[in-house]
Amino acid sequence: MKTDLVIIGAGIIGVSLAFELSKYNIKVILVDKENDIAMQTTKANSGIVHGGYDPKPNTLMAKMNVEGNRIIKSLHKKLNFNYKETGALIIGSTDEEKEIINKLYKQGLENKVPGLSLLKNKKEVHQVEPNLNKEISYALYSQTTGIISPWELALALAYTAVSNGVKFINNCKVEKIEKNKDKFILSTTKGEIEAKYIFNAAGLYSDDIYNMVLDNPSDGFKITPIKGEYYLLDKFLGSLVNKVIFQTPSSLGKGVLVSPTVHGNLLVGPNASFDTSKDDVSTTIDGLKYVVSASKKSVDNINFFTSNIRNFSGNRATIKGVDDFILEESKIVPHFYNFAGIKSPGLTSGPAIGKYSISLLKKSGLSLTKKENFIYHKLPTFFSHLNDNEIESLIKKNKKYGNIICRCELVSEGEIVDSIHEVIPATTIDGVKRRTNAGMGRCQGSFCGPRVFEILKNELHLDIDSIYQDKGNSNVVVSYTKGNK
Amino acid sequence: MNKEKHDLIIIGGGPAGIAAAISANKAGIKDILIIERDNILGGILNQCIHNGFGLHRFKEELTGPEYAGRYVELLKETKVKVLSNTMVTSLNAKKEITAINSKGVNHLLGKAIILAMGCRERSRGAISIPGDRVAGVITAGAAQRYCNIDGYLVGKKVVILGSGDIGLITARRLTLEGAKVLAVVEICPYSNGLNRNIVQCLNDFDIPLYLSHTVSNIKANKNHTRVEEVIISKVDENKNIIPNTEISFKCDTLLLSVGLIPENELSIKAGIILDPRTKGALVSNNLETSVEGIFACGNVLQVHDLVDNVSLEGERAGISAANYIKEGNKKSKGIKLEVGENLLYLCPQIIKPSSVVDSTPIFFRVKKPLDNCKINIIINNEIVSSINKIKLIPSEMQSVNIRKDMLKGAKNIKIEVIKK
Repeated sequence: MKTDLVIIGAGIIGVSLAFELSKYNIKVILVDKENDIAMQTTKANSGIVHGGYDPKPNTLMAKMNVEGNRIIKSLHKKLNFNYKETGALIIGSTDEEKEIINKLYKQGLENKVPGLSLLKNKKEVHQVEPNLNKEISYALYSQTTGIISPWELALALAYTAVSNGVKFINNCKVEKIEKNKDKFILSTTKGEIEAKYIFNAAGLYSDDIYNMVLDNPSDGFKITPIKGEYYLLDKFLGSLVNKVIFQTPSSLGKGVLVSPTVHGNLLVGPNASFDTSKDDVSTTIDGLKYVVSASKKSVDNINFFTSNIRNFSGNRATIKGVDDFILEESKIVPHFYNFAGIKSPGLTSGPAIGKYSISLLKKSGLSLTKKENFIYHKLPTFFSHLNDNEIESLIKKNKKYGNIICRCELVSEGEIVDSIHEVIPATTIDGVKRRTNAGMGRCQGSFCGPRVFEILKNELHLDIDSIYQDKGNSNVVVSYTKGNK
Repeated sequence: MNKEKHDLIIIGGGPAGIAAAISANKAGIKDILIIERDNILGGILNQCIHNGFGLHRFKEELTGPEYAGRYVELLKETKVKVLSNTMVTSLNAKKEITAINSKGVNHLLGKAIILAMGCRERSRGAISIPGDRVAGVITAGAAQRYCNIDGYLVGKKVVILGSGDIGLITARRLTLEGAKVLAVVEICPYSNGLNRNIVQCLNDFDIPLYLSHTVSNIKANKNHTRVEEVIISKVDENKNIIPNTEISFKCDTLLLSVGLIPENELSIKAGIILDPRTKGALVSNNLETSVEGIFACGNVLQVHDLVDNVSLEGERAGISAANYIKEGNKKSKGIKLEVGENLLYLCPQIIKPSSVVDSTPIFFRVKKPLDNCKINIIINNEIVSSINKIKLIPSEMQSVNIRKDMLKGAKNIKIEVIKK
């Protein structure tokens, strides 16, 4: 395969780059080692569209964050992913915390973050957020902070990129990169790809990918994963708070947040653990205990025991000693671009990093012309957000919309079948979940799991041993029963 | 949009809903509609292909589908209408129902409504089992469905957490299908299943039961795709894990049978008050909820041990709903029952003495196994009835009857179980 540019990694950064590049006349291939997009950090994080007061002024991170926040808001209507501008409070009570909050406020003004204000006493704080711990006496209010479904944003960007000519190849692990005079030759599990440019958006593995083109690994960088564990709580707690509640940040990160999710649940977490590896997405007794106890500082009456529906964890890709994103053409290997060290606010920054990549390419002398017929690929609206008339007219078109498969989240067979035939199709039970919300609810797929399994089997004509829960080879069943052979 | 009015609408066509329909019909209600989300009636019974159903009701041992079949046959003799493949998506206190099926959106109005939606299983998240993100962790009911309805085996080497009946039954079923069940693990110091299931499903197949243990970690295979190892640990009397008591099992599956929760999302939408103990609706002795004209029965009201009891409860709800449709609401004072010592809950929670004909049953479970004890009915602080019991266990639902004559002048009622 020959192409102009290969993007390695289909997380939020990779798909943002693909989305932006698909507006131009350039041949792009997007590859990922997993069977779907958004399979690592992008699908296991807080799902926050940050305001932009956290990053140090004049960093790329500050610029991308503030611009990304603005772009996501404008893309929301065009792409129809679930997103809500809830606002956020960064809370504190001690003098030390107040000082840090004041600093964040000033930093935010310097970063040109709109809609920031200070709440300076208990009354002001609790007027805005009545269920907060009564000790909270000070807060930074960020109006433009929002909540989002990270994988929906990624899907919408990736669908649009593919609809505009980007080729997406899944299960495509890059194993070796050879640098010839004016081109790269990538050896992958799906064959050779020849490309003039490489965009490295491999997230946790971006160091490994960069090392493939370096003679001396010490010229590169090293990704250190930091794991965060979460509780996802039932919808009956979904409106316990109406904004994202951050604690005062420390050297370990933004701390444990309490936040509504865009699907109506309550999210609590993360902790920050160095005791992890890139592939380790386990939850631990100690990690979960820490999240529970730390959350009490924000909201002290959450009953985790009766409301938890899922625990999960994800790894942030950090680079020790670097407090900014790396977004640049390699100084050693021309035409190789790194988009690395994308920790928080990476999700927010993605779409801005996409735009920034175009300016990097132009700066290096590549002339890019815009496509004339660029189209936005809108995500379908969830059934549960439609009114009776809209549902009725869908059912009249196709009676599969009248067959509810996921009772918790109200997802119909029609929506599931649609997701299996998207431009980037759902091929697994969790792939269906990310596209339709089936299995996201309080029973966690106990009811709809077997039903989604059958739909996948019939729509894709799959053998039962190639129907996976999520990652490749994560088999759901192991054989037929004796009577069914 | 389809609009319909019916005298009685029953949400759920499992054993509770069918029994309610038959008894309401017998009581003279002609216009009855059952709404069922599946394509056939019978509910969860259809995947319970083991026997043991109907010992009390039909004095013989039936499988789940056979038990359901008996009731479906009885239903066929009536003019009860069934709307299958239809999901109820909302219910309000005015007894208006929205339901979706392949024909479209249906707006239905009932003079009375019976809730018979059953229950769901608790999943991994509900009990926060730590460990890797893997396939192969599945609720026993989902495994049972894969096995008995769809014809697939979910694993070859299996550990089961929870000794509830579904877990025990599934242990035997998977063994018969060629899987090796390595252990059933129970956090309590006693089993939470019926004794007959311990004997017939575990002992007969040499499956070890680990009491006072729980799963402390789930480990993935090297590709991070599926369970490879389940680690269990001993727990202390407060159910906290005791360090350095780990036992490791190499397996590909962890089945969860860790409790059932009545499925009351629709009830909550209708503003029905729930009892935090049963997680079902708060009902009076005629099974009427806090919303007039809406009744509840079966596992959506309280999780039962035997389907025979579900059917009986369904019949009672049917009769009550029929009375309500014929006679309207008879406002009368109720007495809230007090949950006494050693009891997990009482159901019903309220008695209206004027509505008791001869006597009314009160159901409960004990918190822990008790030997040589007695069940006391205490009215106006006096023991009016005391029943001796050799052994009471939490897995078996118990009941006592309160007779009409006991209720004369009653101001407060308490039921307790105490050691002799």
